[in-house]
Parts: sequence; C-alpha cells; structure tokens
Amino acid sequence: MKPARFDYVRAESIAHAVEVLADAGGDGKVLAGGQSLMPMMNFRLVKPSVLVDINHIAELDRIEHRGDRLHVGALVRHRMTAEDALVVRHIPVLHHAMKHVAHLTVRNRGTFCGSVCHADPAAEMPMMTVLLDGTIHTASPRGSRALPARDFFVGSLVTALEPDEMATSIEIAVPAEGSGWGFEEFARRHGDYALAAIAVLMERRDGQARNVRVAMMGVGDTPLRLLDVEAALEGREVTRAALDEAIEALKMSIDPNSDLNASSDYRRHLAAVLARRALGDAWSRTRQTSVEIAA
Amino acid sequence: MSAEARITVTVNGLSCTRTVDARLLLSDFLRHELGLTGTHVGCEHGVCGACTILLDGRSARSCLTLAIQADGANIETVEGLGRIGELGRVQQAFRDHHGLQCGFCTPGFLMTITDMLRHHSLENDEDIREALSGNICRCTGYEHIVNAVRELARERGPLK
Repeated sequence: MKPARFDYVRAESIAHAVEVLADAGGDGKVLAGGQSLMPMMNFRLVKPSVLVDINHIAELDRIEHRGDRLHVGALVRHRMTAEDALVVRHIPVLHHAMKHVAHLTVRNRGTFCGSVCHADPAAEMPMMTVLLDGTIHTASPRGSRALPARDFFVGSLVTALEPDEMATSIEIAVPAEGSGWGFEEFARRHGDYALAAIAVLMERRDGQARNVRVAMMGVGDTPLRLLDVEAALEGREVTRAALDEAIEALKMSIDPNSDLNASSDYRRHLAAVLARRALGDAWSRTRQTSVEIAA
Repeated sequence: MSAEARITVTVNGLSCTRTVDARLLLSDFLRHELGLTGTHVGCEHGVCGACTILLDGRSARSCLTLAIQADGANIETVEGLGRIGELGRVQQAFRDHHGLQCGFCTPGFLMTITDMLRHHSLENDEDIREALSGNICRCTGYEHIVNAVRELARERGPLK
C-alpha cells in the first residue's frame, strides 16, 4: 500500500462533503482529480484521516456563463476547460495556457479548482485566476464565502482555505471583446512545472493600451499580479520605449527564489525576456473596438 | 465512512467484484487482485505514464486513482487491446515500426495512444509529440513510437 490508512467517503452533495470535513476535525482532504493530492499521499507527505471524494456531486462538473463572468465548478477537468466553446472563443489566453498544463492524461482528470487550491507557485491555473480577476467560492460549516484571488494565495502551497472548507467553484472574468493576450512559459520539458511564465491581457482604445493586466508565476511564493508593469503601459501606445520601462518595472517588482533548476538572477532575466514577448504579443493581438471605429 | 469497501468494476468488458482497502491504488488492484500485470507500475506518482489505463473511455494514471474510486466505472487495460496471436491495431503498428525496445513503458503508451486516436485530432507531428509527452520511454525510442502513431493517425485522414 502506498498511501497511509484513511477512511473514504463518497460525498453525495456539497452539504454532505462539508459535514464530513467538519467531522474530520481539520484532518480531512477533498479528492477531486487527485493529480496533485494522490502523489503527495503516495509519498505519505499528506496523510489525511478522511478522504472526501467529491467526484459524484453532479452539480460541480459545469462551466456556466453568467454576464461577463465564467463560473467553473469544482469538478471541471482541465480538458473540459480547454475544450469549452466559450473559453476557446472568448478567453483564448486560457485556452492557450491549458496546453502547458501537465499532459493529456493528467488533464483528463485534474481540475481547475483543484490546481488553484493546491496553489503551486509554478502552476498555470493559479496564475490565470489572478490574471482573470478570479473569485474562489467556498463552502464550510460556517456557510459560503467568496474570496478574491488576491486574498486567496498566501504562500507556496498555502491558501486562505480553512481545513474544513472546500472550493465549490471559481469565477473568472471574460475579457472585453477585442482584448489582446500574451502567454509565455519556459519549462525544462514540455508539461513540467514552469521556471517562469507570464500571462497578459490588454485592450486598445484610441491607440493606447487600456485595462492592462499582467500576472506571473514561478518568480515568487505565489502567483503575482504585477501592478507596476501594468501602470507602465496603461494609457500609452506600446512602443519599444514603453516596453523598456515596463521591463524595468518588472525587474524591480520581483524577487525570485533560487533552486536547483535556476538561480534568482536567471529567473529574473528569464522573466524579462518572457514579459517582453508576451506584452508585445498582447498589444499586436488587440483589435480596434467599435468605439474607436465609430470615432 | 470506511477504510474498506466492496466494489464492482468492469474491466475489459468483464464485471469484477472485490472487497478492497480504501487506500489500494487502482494500479495495484489491477495487478494484484485481478492478476492483470500488463499495466506496469513505474514511478507511482504520476510522472512516467507506464500505468496508464482508460477510465470510462479516457486515459488516466492508475497509480493516481484509488480502486474504490473506480466502483461502477468501466476500465480498459492493455490486455483488452488484442488477443493472444492477434494483436490489436495499435499494437500491430508498434510492431511494424519497432515502437518498443525493453517494453516496460509500452502498455502505458498503447493506452494513451488509444485515447489520442479516439478523441484527439492529431493534425501533425507536433500534436502527436505533445499528446505523447506524458509517457516516458527510458530506452528513448520515441522516433519509432511517433512513426507508429503517425501511421495510425493517417488511417483516419490526411495529416497537415
């Protein structure tokens, strides 16, 4: 046997799952896709006394479009997100990012919400949640909460989730029509956790970048939103000079860790290279909005 | 709530009922309880792909799945791809293209490729290589594996 002994519960509803988590007294774990949890249990790095399997709660396996937000249920697999018609058409940056999430077989099982709750600082979905102004919806014995992404990621593999709390869905923003996007990632092998990656969104109005959003991963303990980089480009034409300023702002705002894969200096250099490409791509992908055409 | 349960799983079309420990991995269930040792166990943490099976028609790491989770599910393993003396189509393509050397990774590759051919468009070599990237062959016989998959993909229609 690889994992340590535990009691298994197949939850019938969110209420049931929460009840079991509460009874576990902080020693329960939620099993969705299991693509991060099961390796840790096989190594016995994680030894829950109770495993709550949420795979049979029917209402959780949906992606719903409400207004300009997309609600991704806790059982939506990476493959479902990647193939979703709304995502393909309206959030191409997310569709593209999915190609970098592990491998085909892992994407069949792993979930968007599970990846966010695992909170690996070099995983794509936490970064995309930050980029897309995400909100994590949770349930616990104390009721439900809606946590903005900026408050959710606390540290490497650490989130604001309480031990008896589970994520039920994550809502993300659908970017405005005509938004441009950029995504760059560098990993040692395809599908590996990234050394660094960046995702960018921006609109173009009257020849100027608007609503610039920049998120990075692999360069800190959590996915980062880079407000200074956004500010360097907001309201400006994205010229070479503007990009130079944005890259300087980027270098000042990150302090990457060194590890056996890359030194801090190398990661900072890599971040700058990836950022220059992604910001340029996003600008070139913006389309004239109807307001501008009318003007 | 229990540390043990009675489960019924359909494996390669046959229904099997067993009492299992909750912590028994599906890979160990297939090998030790059912004697289906074609599913190989390499890394046991989801990295190598040797234990890949089809769970309700889609490829999955059996080392990252609990047997108890598979209660009521339909499982396909490498044993279901062909018969003694009669290779399945994917197996035959591997043979024709020398797609295996030591053979340890082969069952996982065959199951991943079965999922790829059923569900993915595979329009060019890049698609094929990307889809295969979760399976590791330490004999590094990737060229031959890609050649086998390219032939199988072409049988469905022209590639770009």
